[in-house]
Amino acid sequence: MLAIRKLTKSYGGVRPRTLLDDVTFDLAAGEYVAIMGESGVGKSTLLNLIAGLDVPDSGSVTLAEREVTALDDAERTLVRRNHIGFVFQAFHLLPHLTVAQNVALPLSLIGAAPDEAGARVAEMLTAVGLSRAGASYPRELSGGELQRAAIARALVHRPLLTLADEPTGNLDAANGAQVLTLLRAEVKRNGGAGILVTHSATAAASADRVFTLASDGLRLRN
Amino acid sequence: MASARLAPHASALTASGTRFLPFRALVSGPLREHPGHALLALAAIALGVALGVAVHLINSSALNEFNLAAHHLAGEADLVVRGPRAGFDETLYPRIARLPQVEAANPAVELEVPILGKEGTLRIIGFDPLRTAQVQPSLLPERTAEVAELFAADSILLSPSAARWLGLDMGAALRMMVGTGVVEVKVVGMLPEGGYRQRVGVMDIATAQWRLGRLGKLSRIDLRLKPGVVVTAFQRELQNELPPGVYVATPETDAERGASLSRAYRLNLDMLALIALFTGAFLVFSSQMLALMRRRAQFALLRALGVTRRSLANWLLAEAAVVGAIGAILGLALGYAVARFAIANFGTDLGAGYFRGIVPGIHVDPVALIAYFALGVLFAVLGAAAPALEAARRAPAKALHAGDEEEGLRGVRTTWPGIASCAIGALLAFAPAVDGLPVAAYCAIALILSGVILLLPQFVSGVLKRVSAPRSVPAALALAQLQATPRQIAVSAAAIVASFSLMVAMLIMVHSFRSSLETWLEHMLPADLYLRALRGGETGFLTPEEQNRLQSTPGVERIEFLRSQNLLLASDRPPVVLLAGPADSAAMLLAIGPTVIPRAGEPPAVWVSEVAADLYGWRTGQRVQLPIGASSREYTVAGIWRDYVRQSGAIAIDRQLYVNLTGDALANDAAIWIAPGAALPDVERALRERLGNAQGIEIASTREVRANSLALFDRTFAVTYALEIAAVLIGLFGISVSFGAQALARRREFGMLRHIGMSRRGIGAMLGWEGAIVSIFGAAVGLALGWITGLILIHVVNRQSFHWSMDLHVPWLPLAALAAVLAAASIVTAVWSGRAAMSDDVIRAVREDW
Repeated sequence: MLAIRKLTKSYGGVRPRTLLDDVTFDLAAGEYVAIMGESGVGKSTLLNLIAGLDVPDSGSVTLAEREVTALDDAERTLVRRNHIGFVFQAFHLLPHLTVAQNVALPLSLIGAAPDEAGARVAEMLTAVGLSRAGASYPRELSGGELQRAAIARALVHRPLLTLADEPTGNLDAANGAQVLTLLRAEVKRNGGAGILVTHSATAAASADRVFTLASDGLRLRN
Repeated sequence: MASARLAPHASALTASGTRFLPFRALVSGPLREHPGHALLALAAIALGVALGVAVHLINSSALNEFNLAAHHLAGEADLVVRGPRAGFDETLYPRIARLPQVEAANPAVELEVPILGKEGTLRIIGFDPLRTAQVQPSLLPERTAEVAELFAADSILLSPSAARWLGLDMGAALRMMVGTGVVEVKVVGMLPEGGYRQRVGVMDIATAQWRLGRLGKLSRIDLRLKPGVVVTAFQRELQNELPPGVYVATPETDAERGASLSRAYRLNLDMLALIALFTGAFLVFSSQMLALMRRRAQFALLRALGVTRRSLANWLLAEAAVVGAIGAILGLALGYAVARFAIANFGTDLGAGYFRGIVPGIHVDPVALIAYFALGVLFAVLGAAAPALEAARRAPAKALHAGDEEEGLRGVRTTWPGIASCAIGALLAFAPAVDGLPVAAYCAIALILSGVILLLPQFVSGVLKRVSAPRSVPAALALAQLQATPRQIAVSAAAIVASFSLMVAMLIMVHSFRSSLETWLEHMLPADLYLRALRGGETGFLTPEEQNRLQSTPGVERIEFLRSQNLLLASDRPPVVLLAGPADSAAMLLAIGPTVIPRAGEPPAVWVSEVAADLYGWRTGQRVQLPIGASSREYTVAGIWRDYVRQSGAIAIDRQLYVNLTGDALANDAAIWIAPGAALPDVERALRERLGNAQGIEIASTREVRANSLALFDRTFAVTYALEIAAVLIGLFGISVSFGAQALARRREFGMLRHIGMSRRGIGAMLGWEGAIVSIFGAAVGLALGWITGLILIHVVNRQSFHWSMDLHVPWLPLAALAAVLAAASIVTAVWSGRAAMSDDVIRAVREDW
């Protein structure tokens, strides 16, 4: 479902450096993998390239048989809107929308019918254990609840691919474990694929396969 | 059961629906979250639009009344024959009336007459009541008996507004001042209410000619042509038959000529109001830019979720348009209310005296209101355009990570647009007037201002790089913050640079004007005393016999008489003032450039004011044709002199020559030098006694004349000062918005500083330093830019608008004081804006998501 071929990305500036060099990687539907690596090795950059938020120097990213790297910005935006879900370390819920509205945002962008959207949001909030928090604002939620709401938002439109960048970085161990379990379960339930980027071996253990990203490329960890 | 469990979040969604979630996410949510910023931007636009609308409504109401009055006076006339103030020979009337193309002709005498005990003058029109019925029915009374009474000697009809102004009723006596004496007439009736709204008195033409000293003279003849006569063809034909200095024009041209005098002044006031709106646009820009910086991660998230760049930019521009539209609607309402209040309480004269005495009714032009509404929206959208496009352009992957907000602005390339804007502006400053108006110069000012603001980041960055860190921790932190964020400083300073530079420019221009006026008055008032027969009116004069009596007054060493008349040199231009004075006029006038003395056999000398030279394209040494006296002849332009009084131009001529040409030996003014040892009050008393203590005489010392002139000048610029203050207040709003937005965006930084032990006072000091540094930049750039703009105002705008030159005088002390006040206000604003961000809550901010 996701095919990455010979992906390379460098950054210029005062200290030019190559973050990703010749990365090749495949991900099938229903798979949930983790990518580990030291800080600054390019884990987030890899996610950004997969999502079309950044463009590689060379190589390609193909999602559901569409080469994302060959698309223009507007087309990449549509791919992201329809097929990708995001979970961030810092939650990133909009403070002036309720939790339900935050979760409904991707459905709104793809033009889902209000009734259908309402039902789907309710379903997702129930799934992440926030059935009673729909009318609350993000400021009224704890860190764990915020991340569960973010997971609901990432999966509400049934994306082919869910990308999670350090989703437990801002959470305590108990909440972190809960979120990881939930994320894996929901990705699997949706029938899509998921990539979890993390520093934590414990977090990575929740994945089907674990890769390590280093300066010499992406390797499967034993 | 399932539906019951879903109820809470389902209802939360149903309430708003999902359809407008992007709008809520991008526009209404943030507006609700921080309504203060939107309200300030809205207030800036509202204030700008309100000023524009108020000035426009007041001016257009005055102009409308002016035109309405001219229209009523012209009545059903097809053409108006008009001569100079001295009038033209009445024998012209039967010649014109007998022309086969003329169906009806109505001769009239028209004069501004001073009234005893009243400031200002009353327009008196003397006409033939029987002929008026054919051409100007609105000038006739309702009752036929009153028309008959007009034929009685010393009768007058008053318009209702004139009767109210004078406080006179039927049967009352009206005392008009003619020569140096008083002429009394009886009010025999009123013009119909609504027929003629302005102050006017109507007399029989014969009585008017006799009692107002105009025997044998007419001011105008209104003509109605026979059906089928081609007006333009007949106008051309008739013009060739008219004596020099007498012109025939359509009533529309006649009205436009009257209003044209105030055109440049009206444009300048409109421009000042627009400047307030322009400054408002910079405020919208500052507030939008900083709000967008604060919301950058939100936009990045929306982009990550699939909102396209175009949608993002469109929504943000729509947000600005909504703010602009609401602001513009409020501005229209406020402007209308201000105009209504001003017209009801102060009339339509905005200080320059063009519309003094006009009885106004508010005149609303919907097209102009729509234009001001559109300008309000346009300026709001323009202010938001750059920030919105930048927000849409920014790479979401970077913006999602917390970091330097300056990154967002780094991509905004401003150097070349800034240089281009300044260069085009500089070129336009040298462009000529467009239809007599300084349109290009105003565009030049706007472009140079925009260009300098675009170049601010480079300037700020270049200067701050060279500043070494101070010892004080708050000052060092403030400097480090500003060194890292030169673009943010530029955004913060934009509104204040715009408003402060314009205030500096106006101050320099007004100060230069006032200083030049003082020098001019010094030169033009060489005598000790000035005597005037009826200030402001057209019926005051000193007879030759009175002049002789004044000449032999004890204590008078020398006396020079001046006769003031006017000449019509074109049918579509206001008359030029003709000043007949002493033979050595050249020595008394403030000449600009070279002078020539005509040799024997050459045409006699005239000295023309620079306004007249500009309007008619005259140069020193040139021979010009002027209709002085019964015939038109050539004169030599002996020199060009500076004149700040007569805006339609003036021509000075030797009085003896004038008397020889016209036979008019009357005088309006006298300049008196007192003998050594004589006391001013004694001489003044003796002069009054010589004229039998006539009431129509004004005598003032040089000092009084100068003080009155300067007071009039200050009154003229009072509206200007008010508009400038509004612009600076908007600028200070801008600083407040900028600092407020930045302080909110830096809550985590403040929280971190509090965590590591910095006191609230320390953070306050840091913000104070930042305010001081930003305001120093604002003031420095504002001063430099204001100086350049001042030069354009002095040498281009004034020259093209009013045709008068002035010398540059920079008021250093007031400017320094103003800059200090600005700096203090900025520091206070910076600290005040940061106060909310320094609350206890700030400590929690380090753990906040957003």
